Amino acid sequence: MNRTHFWRNLARVTFLCIIASFVLAPMLATVLGGFKTNAEIRTSALGLPAHWNWEFYGAIVTDPDFWRYLGNSMLISVSAVVLTLICGAAAAYVFAQINFFGAKWLFSYLLLGMMFPFATAILPLFIKVRDIGLLDTAWAVILPQVAFSLSLAILLFRTFFAQLPKELFEAAYIDGCGYVRFFWRFTLPLSAPILATVGVFVFVQSWNNFLLPLVVLNSREAFTWPLGMMQYRGEYVTQWNRTLAFVTLTIVPAIVFFLAAQKYIVAGLTGGAVKG
Amino acid sequence: MTTTVAPRKPSLAARLGRGLSNGRVTAVLILLPPAVLLFTLFVMLPLGESAYYAFFNWNGYGAPTDYVGFENFERILGHSIFHKAVGNTLWIVAASLLIQMPLALFLALLIHRKTPTNAVFRLIFFMPYILAEVAAGLIWSFVFDGNYGVTASLAQTFGMEQFFILADRDWAFVAVVTVIVWKYFGFHMMIYIAALQGVPEDQIEAARIEGASNRQIVRHVQIPRIKPALIVSAFFAIIGALQVFDIIIPLTNGGPSNQTHTIVTYLYTFGLTRLNIGFGSAVGILLFIAAVTTALLYQRIFMKGEPE
Repeated sequence: MNRTHFWRNLARVTFLCIIASFVLAPMLATVLGGFKTNAEIRTSALGLPAHWNWEFYGAIVTDPDFWRYLGNSMLISVSAVVLTLICGAAAAYVFAQINFFGAKWLFSYLLLGMMFPFATAILPLFIKVRDIGLLDTAWAVILPQVAFSLSLAILLFRTFFAQLPKELFEAAYIDGCGYVRFFWRFTLPLSAPILATVGVFVFVQSWNNFLLPLVVLNSREAFTWPLGMMQYRGEYVTQWNRTLAFVTLTIVPAIVFFLAAQKYIVAGLTGGAVKG
Repeated sequence: MTTTVAPRKPSLAARLGRGLSNGRVTAVLILLPPAVLLFTLFVMLPLGESAYYAFFNWNGYGAPTDYVGFENFERILGHSIFHKAVGNTLWIVAASLLIQMPLALFLALLIHRKTPTNAVFRLIFFMPYILAEVAAGLIWSFVFDGNYGVTASLAQTFGMEQFFILADRDWAFVAVVTVIVWKYFGFHMMIYIAALQGVPEDQIEAARIEGASNRQIVRHVQIPRIKPALIVSAFFAIIGALQVFDIIIPLTNGGPSNQTHTIVTYLYTFGLTRLNIGFGSAVGILLFIAAVTTALLYQRIFMKGEPE
């Protein structure tokens, strides 16, 4: 009994390690590749570098373009999160607390955004953004992203708000607190977990978005980091080590962020999905 | 829903008056419009315009005047590259259902218990999912590079000839599917793990006491209990397949000779980069129809009886 248990466990761990190496090997090759000369990448893509060259990483972190790409992305993602949380929570609060004519209809309308992919309307969106004069500005990315995130945000917020104790509002109302003030003073602070979950979800989506910036941003000044990365790849097409260093420098913050906010990320990316 | 409703319906004026006095109307008028406006302006309006532009031959400048009826749709539906793109999308769905989901389920069964080692494996398997698709695509375009990449090193080690899988008409899409499985299996696994952790431990114990083997427990207790999670994850796989774009661009950009397009890369390549706004909008409408049909059918078939 004990012996079969041991072998079974060994088989289990071996299998897990094989899959883990399938997952990690490409990432490891990427990180290490940034330290190698191109000649070395050619002969040993997976091995440790014979000599650790810091120059490729150094060249990127001293390049102001790199930091501008990251800065643009950060500005866009943070704005998208803040706007989604405020607009989404406000609307969800109304649906959870107030029964008014057309509420059901309007709620269903706002949920329609979950029915179809972002790419469906990308061309008219491009025309619209161009005609409003937002092309090449951060708003061209922020506003459509917020609009598309609202559906899921409103659905999750409303479910959460509806579970908050009703007595709280009645007590506050007797003390002369109106709906809008109640929303700011009580609902939002009490909803920190769901705000964090949705916030992380929107942030990751926005930070990684490629299609929308690709369509509405043309000048390098406005590029987000995925566009900057593709641009860099195009410039150093024969020098994999530079591209790999660039990729590493962009995925390392993502992984650190993931490890730090694991709980919310897993909840936001899977839990929210399951509920929806 | 609200608790303050009076037993008899008061007149409209009375209701409005009370609404104004406790800030109800103000609340609706302040809190609702931002979301409704943004959503209408940047989601619904462009969608409606898609349906309109799709009937024009239009390069995006001036007003669309060259009405062509269903010509755009006819051209798309008769285009061999579009057929390829749809076929590729179906292949992604098939690979998700037949490779990715079973792998994810198997792993979830192996590591759903809360132990420190399991937690480490869980983190590792989920990691590709949090990377940007573009980054994943770039990483793998390096891995597959026949001159420099990991496949090149492996080929050298085993004394094989260099091969450029991403430039091979027949194999390039297999490579793309590999990357997709690599990127997303952890996501599905996490959904299953969450569900498996919700299966009450005493049910498993009871089955074990009755002499059920591990395999029987998996088949008759755990899998039936997590069926909703399986249904949801399959739905995400299908809807996700309809949207694949970011990964393709760094890997193959739709090539070689347009063999690896998906619906969205097709839309981008033949609609936007050539400024065929009418044509691209028509592709968008077809994509919309596919997504909505899938969602509705799926709900009808698998998700009935669910709350809300």
